[in-house]
Amino acid sequence: MQIASATLAELAAALRARELSSDELTRAYLGRIEQHDPRLNSFVTVTGEQALAQASAADAILGRGEGGPLTGIPLAHKDIFCTDGVLTTCGSRMLANFTAPYDATAVANLQAAGTVLLGKTNMDEFAMGSSNETSHFGAVRNPWDTERVPGGSSGGSAAAVAAGLVAAATGTDTGGSIRQPAALCGITGLKPTYGRVSRYGMIAFASSLDQGGVLTRSAEDAALLLGAMAGFDPRDSTSVDTPVPDYAATLGDDLAGLRIGLPREYFGDGVDAGVGAAIEAALAELRALGAETVEISLPNSHLAVPTYYVIAPAECSANLARFDGVRYGHRCDAPHDLEDLYKRSRSEGFGPEVKRRIMIGTYALSAGYYDAYYLKAQRVRRLIGDDFRRAFEQVDVIAGPTAPTTAFRLGERVDDPITMYLSDIFTIAANLAGLPGVSLPAGFADGLPVGLQLIGDHFAEARLLNVGHRFQQATDWHRKVPQAYA
Amino acid sequence: MPLERADIENIAHLARLELDEADVASYARHLSDILAFVEQLDAADTADTSPMAHPLDAVQRLRPDEVSEPDRREHFQAIAPAVEDGLYLVPKVIE
Repeated sequence: MQIASATLAELAAALRARELSSDELTRAYLGRIEQHDPRLNSFVTVTGEQALAQASAADAILGRGEGGPLTGIPLAHKDIFCTDGVLTTCGSRMLANFTAPYDATAVANLQAAGTVLLGKTNMDEFAMGSSNETSHFGAVRNPWDTERVPGGSSGGSAAAVAAGLVAAATGTDTGGSIRQPAALCGITGLKPTYGRVSRYGMIAFASSLDQGGVLTRSAEDAALLLGAMAGFDPRDSTSVDTPVPDYAATLGDDLAGLRIGLPREYFGDGVDAGVGAAIEAALAELRALGAETVEISLPNSHLAVPTYYVIAPAECSANLARFDGVRYGHRCDAPHDLEDLYKRSRSEGFGPEVKRRIMIGTYALSAGYYDAYYLKAQRVRRLIGDDFRRAFEQVDVIAGPTAPTTAFRLGERVDDPITMYLSDIFTIAANLAGLPGVSLPAGFADGLPVGLQLIGDHFAEARLLNVGHRFQQATDWHRKVPQAYA
Repeated sequence: MPLERADIENIAHLARLELDEADVASYARHLSDILAFVEQLDAADTADTSPMAHPLDAVQRLRPDEVSEPDRREHFQAIAPAVEDGLYLVPKVIE
């Protein structure tokens, strides 16, 4: 079996049939990480010993004929999820010394399902970025072209899955941070509905937008993982108490009669020609599977990025206030008073993009500006949400390019924050509206991957994964691995 | 409305950040660009629209006021920079 392109579903079948042991599989991935990750820099921490111990325990369970679909499956967690006893850095110097004292619920759920922890993946610092260039631990490289970015902020997870260093990894998505790197790296990335996956233990960036999800080879794999990760958690006060469907059960449903909305705002001049062509071909495949496409409009689309860049920084300025050098994380040397402790610990601990966003947020929430910026943005947010609500009265899913371009070069946008922010032009609205979204590999433009994004109504993950699965049964973009990693 | 050096210094103080002298000008420029960018929101007609704090308009869930968590202070303080007798140590606050 080619483990570089193997799906979770295939690996799980091989493990259950005892064709392969979890120990062998784990060693194979650890070997690939050792060989390839010095170039890609997708991992911050590799938990080799722990992984082998967990694999051994999983093999004992599998040997008795017990266990579930995820028993013995190695995966990696984005370094934003607290993992008990394991370094959890959030890509920042601020937490470079932080050994988490507990497991995030998403981590605990996947562990209970029998997965093996290979390590923690690299990410933009505090999830703020679209290129994985702001990490304190260095940039991550795109396996398709190592002079280019993998996307961000879940760039480490995306690169690791794309290069076959792990079959799947968790990620988080606040403005596109799962979907955009999935698109740029040619893999599948799912952001669930806000409230579907617990945020307990998931280091907070923007609390009304953050959502944990997965980066995988296929929609089927995403269905398997989401089923284990999702669910009500009393420890997350924004967790929604609604049953988790059996996502795998409906993967094979027929697409006949499916209405796919194509927002005219997502198909204009802003999209690179090569990306546009790949998307058109992907839509033709979906029509061939029985779906019907309908032009729709999301008239407030152009306001999504500006709205986000008021709300997300505002919420981040509040969430990052806890990093003060007092209880955990980085503390400056020899502070001479409390103000010095706070200012120097924070200034040494945070990188420039994080500082920028904290300051924008502080300004937007400050006296005299709160109504003009933050409240105004929250009102526009409702306009954006209403656009989707109206659209879903006419269509079942909404489709378009995940990103306007393919992967850009390392260093190309770091000095131009607004151009960097516009990488998320098609992904941000789903976070503002709390809607689920998935990016599916849909072809290539000049040798670089292109992602097709599907956005669903609240709690319609089963439908998104069904469309993704049927698309992946008819195409093989999701099986492609860059030559150097095959 | 472009931000001046004094604005940046004030915002940094509110956020308890200390910026290098050499960087203040570039932070002022970037922040001003971002504020100019978000000014697009002013054009949106939101006169009849209420703010959306939560995508599903959820409210804070309540639970009975009963102790449900064990005391794990020692475990959590194991990673603290400076503790003594269960208290976190910071430089003297009151003169």
